[in-house]
Amino acid sequence: MLDLTHEPPKPKVIAGAKHDWELVIGMEVHAQVASRAKLFSGASTQFGAEPNSNVAFVDAAMPGMLPVINEFCVEQAVRTGLGLKAKIHLKSAFDRKNYFYPDLPQGYQISQLYEPIVGEGEILVDMAPGIARKVRIERIHIEQDAGKSIHDMDPTMSFVDLNRTGVALMEIVSRPDIRGPEEAAAYVVKLRQILRYLGTCDGNMQNGNLRADVNVSVCRPGQYEKYQETQDFSHLGTRCEIKNMNSMRFIQQAIDFEARRQIRIIEEGGEVVQETRLYDPEKGETRSMRSKEEAHDYRYFPCPDLLPLEIEQSWVDEIAANLPELPDEKKARFMADYGLTEYDASVLTAETDAAGFFEEVARGRDGKLAANWIINELFGRLKKEDHDITQSPVSPAQLGGIIDLIAADVISGKIAKDLFEIVYTEGGDPAQIVEERGMKQVTDTGAIEAALDEIIAANPAQVEKAKVNPKLAGWFVGQVMKATGGKANPKAVNALVQDRLGL
Amino acid sequence: MAELNRMTIAAARDALRAGEVTSVELTEACLSAVEGAGALNAFVHHTPQIAMEQARAADARIKAGDAPAMCGIPLGIKDLFCTRGVPSQAGSRILEGFRPEYESTVTQNLFDAGAVMLGKLNMDEFAMGSSNETSVYGNAVNPWRRGNDDAPLTPGGSSGGSAAAVAADLCLGATGTDTGGSIRQPAAFTGITGIKPTYGRCSRWGIVAFASSLDQAGPMTRTVRDAAIMLEAMCGHDPKDSTSADLAVPDFEAMLTGDIRGRKIGIPREYRMDGMPDEIEALWAEGRRMLEDAGAQMVDISLPHTKYALPAYYVIAPAEASSNLARYDGVRYGHRATLAQGDGITEMYEKTRAEGFGDEVQRRVMVGTYVLSAGFYDAYYNRARKVRTLIKRDFEEAFAAGIDAILTPATPSAAFGLGEMSDADPVAMYLNDVFTVTVNLAGLPGIAVPAGLDKQGLPLGLQLIGRPWEEGDLLNGAYALERAAGFVAKPGKWW
Repeated sequence: MLDLTHEPPKPKVIAGAKHDWELVIGMEVHAQVASRAKLFSGASTQFGAEPNSNVAFVDAAMPGMLPVINEFCVEQAVRTGLGLKAKIHLKSAFDRKNYFYPDLPQGYQISQLYEPIVGEGEILVDMAPGIARKVRIERIHIEQDAGKSIHDMDPTMSFVDLNRTGVALMEIVSRPDIRGPEEAAAYVVKLRQILRYLGTCDGNMQNGNLRADVNVSVCRPGQYEKYQETQDFSHLGTRCEIKNMNSMRFIQQAIDFEARRQIRIIEEGGEVVQETRLYDPEKGETRSMRSKEEAHDYRYFPCPDLLPLEIEQSWVDEIAANLPELPDEKKARFMADYGLTEYDASVLTAETDAAGFFEEVARGRDGKLAANWIINELFGRLKKEDHDITQSPVSPAQLGGIIDLIAADVISGKIAKDLFEIVYTEGGDPAQIVEERGMKQVTDTGAIEAALDEIIAANPAQVEKAKVNPKLAGWFVGQVMKATGGKANPKAVNALVQDRLGL
Repeated sequence: MAELNRMTIAAARDALRAGEVTSVELTEACLSAVEGAGALNAFVHHTPQIAMEQARAADARIKAGDAPAMCGIPLGIKDLFCTRGVPSQAGSRILEGFRPEYESTVTQNLFDAGAVMLGKLNMDEFAMGSSNETSVYGNAVNPWRRGNDDAPLTPGGSSGGSAAAVAADLCLGATGTDTGGSIRQPAAFTGITGIKPTYGRCSRWGIVAFASSLDQAGPMTRTVRDAAIMLEAMCGHDPKDSTSADLAVPDFEAMLTGDIRGRKIGIPREYRMDGMPDEIEALWAEGRRMLEDAGAQMVDISLPHTKYALPAYYVIAPAEASSNLARYDGVRYGHRATLAQGDGITEMYEKTRAEGFGDEVQRRVMVGTYVLSAGFYDAYYNRARKVRTLIKRDFEEAFAAGIDAILTPATPSAAFGLGEMSDADPVAMYLNDVFTVTVNLAGLPGIAVPAGLDKQGLPLGLQLIGRPWEEGDLLNGAYALERAAGFVAKPGKWW
């Protein structure tokens, strides 16, 4: 595999009233494990079901009910860990995080505080071709999601929907290696991409299946480097945690606002208070949710209903052996095997479906040409209708057929675009369409000569001008193309024009 | 046949199989005994209809030649077990009106074996108590009384209703649960047998949780043989309980040979407590002599961390309880306080739990919350866990040295009077568990066997502690002790 060389991006610098400031960001991403059943009950995880219909006795915390671990969720967490090049802990354990809330029927969330299933890993966050940030992953643990409280259905009552209660989440905790709002969003994009490649989380942020808590602090330039050398957090500023972000745009806005808020406080001689904050997208500001003093005392302790989770190395090896090709590897391979630019390779590997589509089209063809057609024509056309690649009416075989016709000089690039539109809207075999609709390009020099001669004869003034200014040859080429209905081979026309005008 | 309700499970089984008696007859006898025993307050929910249906079904099975040992045997079920469609309140107001839509694995196992449920039995609230006095139903009463005294005595706790019902012949056996001694102490107080099996032997699924790492169900019966028969029907691997052991269930009854020759039985010196009554001391010595006479080799041993067991237990059990009981919040089932105008969710929690939980439960929830809270966790909970590991190691070392079982008193006293401890420091009540909590902390099987009467005519019990998963061997030791003790006394019927 080709290891892409990259430079780290420059950290974002915000100019305060007095100094320059840098940002230090760490993320806790909660990713819903792609699994049909919940973490500790057999209940379904289907989204959008009738309220309180996906609820087992365990989820409703009926007396005497006990959790039993869903092995598939464990497998998904291990797969995620392997995908993030992380250490897999063969022994992990579950703890209870205790707090009262109506959408938490047990009165505790089963999580993994002391012994998470996955340890240190890393993610390469692409910022631009050749520029990427390596973000260290501290840990991944599995835990139960809570239910949903609904406060706006009745003026005096609150309602609770337990469908989400007990759904498996992976909490993916990064080190504070992210240095700006754009990097933070790019981190989530990359993490989401990897999870989707792995099939361990669908990454649907709208449904809340991927949400991020963002820890933000600010420091003077140079301080972060001291932290890196020593891993001593005292070199960094006091952090605030912005909870529950589920949009890339809001993540950036919230971080930017929060950093500037902290800078203002410090420059005005105040101190940042460590606390949990919420982002209000309507007002574009973060506000305090609860301070450290009013923070819950979660009284974590080992969950006595569950034995420590022990898994076999051989099982981990088996999962590792069956990992799909991941984005970084795929991108590198596309660059090496198809000669793509890093940009094109990044675009095509953003989603596995697109990458797969590309590979089918590119098989036995010019990879760059295939990439251009997919990125410029197909993606553009799909975007117009807000479709994704899986909804493409043009199959890889059809697009490949169009490219084959171009490569064989049967049609011109211009005609090919018309042909693409026909295939897109009407379907059909490209070669047959070209044949039936007379779209083949004219390479017969006799026919082109005849057309050119007519044009030269009818435009003596243009001929004279062109002889002085050879750039005007293009006008003749255009006229010939027009006269032949665009079917003339542009290369042949160009050569003839040069010849006849004596250029 | 007169007094069918007084039969042992073994005798009833044989008579049922021989066609000498029907389950309907047995059940009717028990139901009528239950009806006449209101003064004992043992049964708190009566299910005669279910009982008669089950009895008829059992008779049909027996007739068809398909009769497991427990088929047709009328039982009482501790209120801690969730029983489908039948009130299951764990002796608490907070579960007022709660009727589960599911059946606990243990009761399901019993019903699958053909057992008959007469009703639900009284207990300390959430199994927290040693005298049955924390029950929302009011306490059960011990059928035993002191020689010349009508003062009502405690049947012990938390499985006090179970103990009273079995001792008073209201049923042939009863389910109990034991977190710190809740089967063995009431068994000893009422002159019956009670075994707490190895942690993981019986499924906890469907049993209202008190302290999950300590809770175990077990049978309470009139004889050791009955305990063997009933335990076999109750236990077994349950995939619904992650702490349930995936081990085959032996034929416990077949292991009751009474032959304990050459068995090494330890006498732990640390169980000789300061201020222990002479009678308990004498009973223990008597037990030692009886086992020795039966051919066992008695060995003085040391379990050095014993004295830390009670404090460790009273950290760990409340810690787990504080979390396990968080679900009783008035949101989904059970009691919910009537709220005042403007009350929010916090008021709902506070009022519901203040009304729904009794003093002892509140005390333990507060203790548990405290020992788990930031800043105290290491000093209390973590230290208690370390103590627990050491206690477990004490036993492991004894067993590794060749000890097969350990003999101790079951309780530090005979049954005490109801209300006697009401003004005492709660810790005085906790001292009841001094001989039994070590077994729960170490996850071992322990059995209480009636071994004699005190001067006032009250039963006293001895405890045998066995190796993990060797309940068969433990029951055989208890069987030998039972035979040697020849305990046949019954309470005089006053109710």
